Amino acid sequence: MIPVLLLFIPLVAGILGFFIKEQKAASNWAIVASVITLLTAVIGIYAMPASMHQFEASWLPNIGASFSVALDGMSKMLVLLTAISMPLIFIATRNNNYSNPGVFYALMLLAQSGLIGVFISMDALLFYFFWELALIPVYFLSSIWGGEKRIAVTFKFFIYTFVGSLLMLVGILFVYLHTKDQSFAWSSFTNTDLLRGQETLPFILFFIAFAIKMPIFPLHTWQPDAYEQAPTATTMVLSGVMVKMGLFAVIRWVLPLFPFASSAFAMPIVILSVIGMIYASLIAIQQDDIKRLIAYSSIAHIGLMAAAIFAGGTLGLQGVQVQMFNHGINVIGLWILANAIENTLGTRKLSELGGLATKAPTMAILFVVLAFANIALPLTNAFIGEFLLFNGLFQYNIWIAAAAGVSIILGAIYTLQMVQKVLFGEVSVITANATEINAYSKWVLIVIVVAVIALGVYPQPLIDLTKDSVNALLVIK
Amino acid sequence: MNAIIVSALLGVVMMFSGIFTTNKTIIKNIATVGVLVLLAANLMEMYNLFSFDINTHDLIVTQRYGLFFNCIAYGATFIYLLLSGDDITEVGVNVAEYFALIFFVLCGVAILSSFNGLLMLFIGVEILSIPLYILTGSDKRNLKSNEASLKYFLMGAFSTGVMLMGIALMYGATGNFGMVQNAGIRGIITAGQQPPYLLVAGVLLLFASMSFKVSAAPFHFWTPDVYDGAPSVFTSFMSTIVKAAGMLAFIRVFENQYMVLGPTWHIIVDFAIVTTLLVGNITAVFQQSVKRMLAYSSIAQAGFMLFALYANNTEIAKEGMLLYAAAYSLATISIFAVLIKLQDYTLDGFNGLAKKEPVLAFAATVSLLSLAGIPLTAGFFAKYYVLAGALQAGGALWLIIVAVLLAAVSVYYYFRVIQAMYFKAGDPETLPISGGFKAVLIGVAALIVILGIWPSALLNWLYF
Repeated sequence: MIPVLLLFIPLVAGILGFFIKEQKAASNWAIVASVITLLTAVIGIYAMPASMHQFEASWLPNIGASFSVALDGMSKMLVLLTAISMPLIFIATRNNNYSNPGVFYALMLLAQSGLIGVFISMDALLFYFFWELALIPVYFLSSIWGGEKRIAVTFKFFIYTFVGSLLMLVGILFVYLHTKDQSFAWSSFTNTDLLRGQETLPFILFFIAFAIKMPIFPLHTWQPDAYEQAPTATTMVLSGVMVKMGLFAVIRWVLPLFPFASSAFAMPIVILSVIGMIYASLIAIQQDDIKRLIAYSSIAHIGLMAAAIFAGGTLGLQGVQVQMFNHGINVIGLWILANAIENTLGTRKLSELGGLATKAPTMAILFVVLAFANIALPLTNAFIGEFLLFNGLFQYNIWIAAAAGVSIILGAIYTLQMVQKVLFGEVSVITANATEINAYSKWVLIVIVVAVIALGVYPQPLIDLTKDSVNALLVIK
Repeated sequence: MNAIIVSALLGVVMMFSGIFTTNKTIIKNIATVGVLVLLAANLMEMYNLFSFDINTHDLIVTQRYGLFFNCIAYGATFIYLLLSGDDITEVGVNVAEYFALIFFVLCGVAILSSFNGLLMLFIGVEILSIPLYILTGSDKRNLKSNEASLKYFLMGAFSTGVMLMGIALMYGATGNFGMVQNAGIRGIITAGQQPPYLLVAGVLLLFASMSFKVSAAPFHFWTPDVYDGAPSVFTSFMSTIVKAAGMLAFIRVFENQYMVLGPTWHIIVDFAIVTTLLVGNITAVFQQSVKRMLAYSSIAQAGFMLFALYANNTEIAKEGMLLYAAAYSLATISIFAVLIKLQDYTLDGFNGLAKKEPVLAFAATVSLLSLAGIPLTAGFFAKYYVLAGALQAGGALWLIIVAVLLAAVSVYYYFRVIQAMYFKAGDPETLPISGGFKAVLIGVAALIVILGIWPSALLNWLYF
């Protein structure tokens, strides 16, 4: 029952939200709805018996599709991430004003519902439904409330991902026709009569869809533009949660379905991921716009996770799950900072900023901690994740691990450069009358920073949450 | 049999209604009630309650599948009259005749869903087509309408000739008008022998003329001009209900016929599908007029419906054809109903519609999403069923991939309308819009979404 609640609370709240006209009321509504979702998720995951974690209802029996959802080891982490992110996002951006606020928050809640749906679906057709449903609200959010070039950029993003998902649909159909009982259920999909050689084609069809979403080099070109042009709250959803859809989908729908093809194609994919990491890091160094810098840094981080997934191994896969969560909250923290800077100073350009450490000391401290987490220094949550990832990669191939290591160094360069240009140096004309960030953003950032450090010192809860799923996955392989 | 007789009678009733009253609203209301009567008569036959018993010597055989298709077509016509009925009365002076012609077309639909032999196919196609030539030219003072009508008539007449030629050749080869029910032909085919050339030539000619009727490439050239030139209300009717009926006839007549062509059959259909999809989708991208874009989009949609032809005889393809007919008709009727209310048919004419008329913009968006095949709309399952059917029938994977990639292209031109409505500023002029019109639009949008979540809501009726 819990997964159904998680799906329908934001959905219903979203639909009702369309009718709210006033900014504060809409914002409150969204915060209340997302907090209820969060409570449901936390109570559901930690306090309810496993029997409450599944739900199945008849949907289209004649073609073998059912409404089958489950909170299992693979999905718990990301459902939790989605549930935690949304209240943080809503509270941190509470001071942002939107035209048609009711519609804005309603679409955000619908996106949340779609995302949770993606993570909990245990039926391929249902999964495809939610995969698209998560996209549509984001399309409207970015196109209506985004930056100057929003229409063209968002359209590119939409077409890109839509092509991917249509190819995935063909892949789903192909596998479906090879299931033994003509069913879309995940259990049937993992148990098909596909021969070794037949796996290649559907594998490629699925993988393109997920690679676009992650994104993996060279399919990443939509991403920096989309992050830059989307309204910040939407960017947070996009980079905090939505890119995890691609990684998650590989773990749920590619590795168990196509074990042979996955290992056959592992090397080229790992190499592409590592190329993407280094390439994105090099570009990030050149960026003057904070949003673009974070966007490229995000590509680099996701690249590492993608590489580790295909490199395989218990530790690597565990690392991916842990890191998906950590990257989610860390990057949302960075976006909150970028949003706060843009809102108070009216610019995102590094060259126009400087000296904020003296003007806004609290913000500076929070900024520095999140920057350290972005480089994955020990004692931050990202350290344990990246350690596991590198461990997996190292066991797979030492040279690739070394190449990926380069991007860590590059990551330190661009992150520290950003810190330096924003916080230190001369106070510029623009930053001369800078003030502390607003209370909403500050408290959300404090929560995130506490989580960063707490999970950095004691990551065991995250590892426990994912252990079962990783073991289950290795059994299937 | 009910549908054929009642629709023909209603056509006559409508013609005479013009004598007794000149009040447009009354005539429109008679027609709307008439469609309901027709639907009821058809349902009665479907559930074996009452049907006219006429011995047609097996020229007409009603089956549940065809009757169910009639229900969809008449249901769609009912919605069409609710949404656009008032606009039909504005086209010209001979209001009663327009409605009469629509009923004659519906009679053609009933014949096409129940014919059992090439002769009745021909009669059905003609009953369907001839009223359309008149409706296309009904805006008498508009040169474009006249041009479209003449073009449609000349080309249509020519394709009728081709069809007759094909039927004649097939008759010559088999000695009857049956659809390869002939035991001798079956024997030849199953024995793997070469069927007589006369028969092959006849089947190919029939294929060409049916392709013309459903505007499948490379016989689609009339479509954009005719759809663009005809009064928009009739374009809506022609591109939905009529086209779906033509497609149904196409599929029914080739249900067995394809065997004559042996392995060549798949090459021919592959070619037809790919060119239709390419021509429709790629050309639609460049259109600035939404009406013309919808004309090309209807070619593209025909390409998808051809997949049902490809997968003949499979259950899923048959269901897919029904779902496609319903989904495509609902969406297109609704988008045309919105289009007619606008003064400017170009893309810019849609700018800012969401601000001015949120209900219209919302309904149009749901329709466009359905046409693009986005999940949660009926269009998704329609595409899903026909593609799954083709794949199940041994269709090549590359064909499916080409089709979905072109569906992605279609997103481009459908979404440009959505972008104009929601993201661009403007103040479009609209005709007066009634509350009832909006209510029906919302109802259609709801129907599209319901079918998008639960297509069985429609398809189960086929069996129960």
